[in-house]
Amino acid sequence: MGFFDEWKKRNESRIKETKFTLNLFRHSFLSMLGLVLILLMILTALFAPFIATEHPNYVTLINPQGKRVTEQRWEIHFDEKLEPPSSEHLFGTNDYGYDIFSMIVYGSRLSIKIALMVVVTALIIGVVLGALAGYFGGWMDELVMRVTDIFFSIPGLILAMAFTAALGRSIEHVMYAMIIVWWPVYTRIIRAQVLKTREETYVEAARSLGTTDLKIIFKHILPNSFAPLFVQVTMDMGAVVLTAAGLSFIGLGASPGTAEWGLMISSGRAYIFQAWWYVFFPGMAIVLFVLGFNLLGDGLRDVLDPKLRR
Amino acid sequence: MKELLKVKGLKTYFYTYEGVVKALEGINFDIYKGESIGLVGETGCGKSVTALSIMRLIQWPPGKIIEGEITLDGKDLLKISEEEMRNIRGAEISMIFQEPMSSLNPVFTIGSQITEAITLHQEVNKKEAEKRSLDMLNLVRMPDAEKVLKQYPHELSGGMQQRAMIAMALSCKPSLLIADEPTTALDVTVQAQILDLIQELNEEIDSSMLLITHDLGVVAQVCDRVAVMYAGYIVEIGTVKQIFKNPYHPYTKGLMYAIPKIHVETKRLEVIRGVVPNLITPPSGCRFHPRCDHAMDVCKKKAPPTVKVEEGHYVACFLHGGVK
Amino acid sequence: MKLRDYIIRRLVLLIPILIGVTLLTFTISHVIPADVARHFAGGAKANPETIARIREEMHLDEPLYKQYGYYLNDLFHGDLGECYTERRPVTEAIKQYLPATAELTIIAMILAIFIGIITGVVSAVKRNSWIDHVTRLIAITGVSMPIFWLALMLQLAFAYKYPILPLDSRLGIGVVAPNHITGLYVFDSLVTGNFTALKSSIYHLILPSITLSFASLAIILRITRSSMLEIVRSDYIRTARAKGLRERTVIYKHALRNALIPTITVAGINFAYLLGGAVLTETIFNWPGMGRFAVAAVNNLDFPSVMGFTLLAAIVMVTANLIVDLLYSVLDPRVRLGD
Ligand SMILES: Nc1ncnc2c1ncn2[C@@H]1O[C@H](COP(=O)(O)OP(=O)(O)OP(=O)(O)O)[C@@H](O)[C@H]1O
Ligand code: SF4
Ligand SMILES: [Mg+2]
Repeated sequence: MGFFDEWKKRNESRIKETKFTLNLFRHSFLSMLGLVLILLMILTALFAPFIATEHPNYVTLINPQGKRVTEQRWEIHFDEKLEPPSSEHLFGTNDYGYDIFSMIVYGSRLSIKIALMVVVTALIIGVVLGALAGYFGGWMDELVMRVTDIFFSIPGLILAMAFTAALGRSIEHVMYAMIIVWWPVYTRIIRAQVLKTREETYVEAARSLGTTDLKIIFKHILPNSFAPLFVQVTMDMGAVVLTAAGLSFIGLGASPGTAEWGLMISSGRAYIFQAWWYVFFPGMAIVLFVLGFNLLGDGLRDVLDPKLRR
Repeated sequence: MKELLKVKGLKTYFYTYEGVVKALEGINFDIYKGESIGLVGETGCGKSVTALSIMRLIQWPPGKIIEGEITLDGKDLLKISEEEMRNIRGAEISMIFQEPMSSLNPVFTIGSQITEAITLHQEVNKKEAEKRSLDMLNLVRMPDAEKVLKQYPHELSGGMQQRAMIAMALSCKPSLLIADEPTTALDVTVQAQILDLIQELNEEIDSSMLLITHDLGVVAQVCDRVAVMYAGYIVEIGTVKQIFKNPYHPYTKGLMYAIPKIHVETKRLEVIRGVVPNLITPPSGCRFHPRCDHAMDVCKKKAPPTVKVEEGHYVACFLHGGVK
Repeated sequence: MKLRDYIIRRLVLLIPILIGVTLLTFTISHVIPADVARHFAGGAKANPETIARIREEMHLDEPLYKQYGYYLNDLFHGDLGECYTERRPVTEAIKQYLPATAELTIIAMILAIFIGIITGVVSAVKRNSWIDHVTRLIAITGVSMPIFWLALMLQLAFAYKYPILPLDSRLGIGVVAPNHITGLYVFDSLVTGNFTALKSSIYHLILPSITLSFASLAIILRITRSSMLEIVRSDYIRTARAKGLRERTVIYKHALRNALIPTITVAGINFAYLLGGAVLTETIFNWPGMGRFAVAAVNNLDFPSVMGFTLLAAIVMVTANLIVDLLYSVLDPRVRLGD
């Protein structure tokens, strides 16, 4: 108790500031909407078996690269193919008679998995390289920065496309490709933050007291990079899913039949004028997913950016 | 002397997240034709808000002029249309700001920014306006005026930027010039030059001036009269001689002591104790009472009325009247 | 620094970047694939003779650094390899498909810039009004929508349900392409006075360019709005008002001129991203451009074409960046070339 009070007193202005931030955030309708959308997605993914009306079987196969992979297989109902939305099939059925609603529900798991995998891995790489480059400077900085320059010289989707083409098509490879494309973003943000914080007096003070570099990076510099990074990561969760969907649409991602939103649109394309629902609903799922993260990120940026907040 | 501008009961509030900032709480003062009046007070007391209110440049949101009258030559500026007000801004009333660097638009040349003001308010063609811009720059003794016309703000020093601002402000011979801390952002060496310039030109075109400053020394040098502001009120107003010789209000006295007196050896630099009050939840009654050594019971309850203490000298303090 | 000197210096500085890019594409094409020769021969269905020939031609038995040498040498001589699907050099295919993509991306960019800036300014000036809310919602949805889905929905609405616009391709059936000058149909038909082709090509451009511009429009709108919001609070805008300028002049002259600086930068960066979007847009609108070519190449495991396209995208991107920097120095007098 005593400790807590002391802490409260010491951090009074910071607490006030945080409260203010939270308040601003709470009053922003769009940010709250984003948060709700994200929560809905997470819940859908967690409780997919309870929400969906039909369920896939999981079969283990040997893929063209000779690896064992587990894939979703849905039960084929040719007698029910391309049925419009009804109470039985909320979002209609596709050309194999699969229930689109159930596929979308299960698809949320894959989307979240892709988004998390790509963003978190890219973030780790980015933080390590960015911190090294910014903190130590010199040739290390030069090297890391020039490499990011190179990656930034090729549009992300195209670079990811080339990587996936080289690795061979599969959803895992799409993820690897996107990690490779994404890390430079975080590297640059972290580096810029490190350069900014490094010169500040308390870091200088810590250094003159003989605190180790690693400790300075972790205790002083990284926490300060939190705000811009947080916004970026939130937005990227959506952007990653969007890019992955694009790659799937081209035909580079999951194998046919998987409940992957981009792929569903791609296979529905042939039936667009007969069965609009086949394309429409998976697309809406992507929109809502990405929108959720974008709204949240936008709201966060507005409240965390000192220039915009008042 | 005839009044040029009369400010009566002017109230300006800002509606912010934290609450309503009561920046001006009904201030009254006049500006006479041809005079220079100083407006002094600690930071945040409402000097700039006063100036911007006169220009009707308080931006909504968050700010708003709640009530009051501002009459220029008998015309109430708060009643006229926005279009009429535009014809007054820059022509009848001009303003110079504290930060010359950020007050000039970085992407236009000095020449085009001055010319713009001239063509806006005077019936002249572009060529003539350019010539007048050059004349103005020469008038403010801009070195290399011809070249400066074609230069961008960032290519000039702070002093030169402020000269350009002055040229722009005076280009339409306004009857009132408002200078909001025109020298604060400048080097000490340049401050005096700019001040002299403003004073001299102002006399030359025979306009009145409202000079906002922290520096009582400047007031003594430049102004005819002074108004002392505290937390949204004008607490004392009078001629420079009256106020400096015989300050009545405890706050004004405090300000006087705060001036470093080089010749008086022993006197240490006194500052007024306490801090500037928060204008969202200002102290009750006389807003100065938490810092005032003479505060009485009545001071906490009622705002002191403004009373006349001698010819042309007014003060708002219970020590000098107003207690029933 | 003179403009010419600056451009030369920038071009020189581009050399290491471009070398880096070739290192990257070399890695993608020569190091990552499990069986490079098969990859270049067209994948699983390639016959053994072709694979052997490719192995020979690409010097795949030699050490990597030597292979890179050969690779660079080929690039230097404008040789991007052989396109397997079309049985001709990749460079020739690029020459044929590039104009269609250029036309589409340029029109999309123009749309995005104009509409984005105007709505951004209005949104900022009318901050927190319903116009602002609607615009922001559209903007944020714009960056949240899969472009290929938007394309399909537009087709569904305007080419099928209410068939007022053509479904796909660059010209109507039976309309002869204008004489080739630049390959941009709108431009060529305008110059040659071929109004049938002009009308048809504009007609066919509407849906694809709207699709492609949407995300960029949203981004430009956002940055314009936020920089306008910051700028209208600045001291020099207060000065402009104090001069007696009318609000329109204050906003559209004094504020917008400053807001354009960040906007143009963002627009330039976006131009390169439009290329990525073009891949998807062209596929759906059956637009005979680079993007559709690249997708076909990916699906046919036509590796040289994929790599050729990647390199081209990199070149477009660095050029766009250079142009942005030049524009930047024109728009912002505080920026001196070479600093
Ligand atoms: N745009 C605004 N939004 C909210 N509050 C404002 C705004 N402008 C001024 N205020 C408040 O009005 C009060 C008076 O401010 P003003 O700028 O007039 O002070 P000042 O006397 O000019 O101070 P300084 O000497 O620092 O220039 C302050 O409390 C300030 O916080
Ligand atoms: S009114 Fe009272 S509190 Fe206010 S200045 Fe006078 S004596 Fe002090
Ligand atoms: Mg001020």
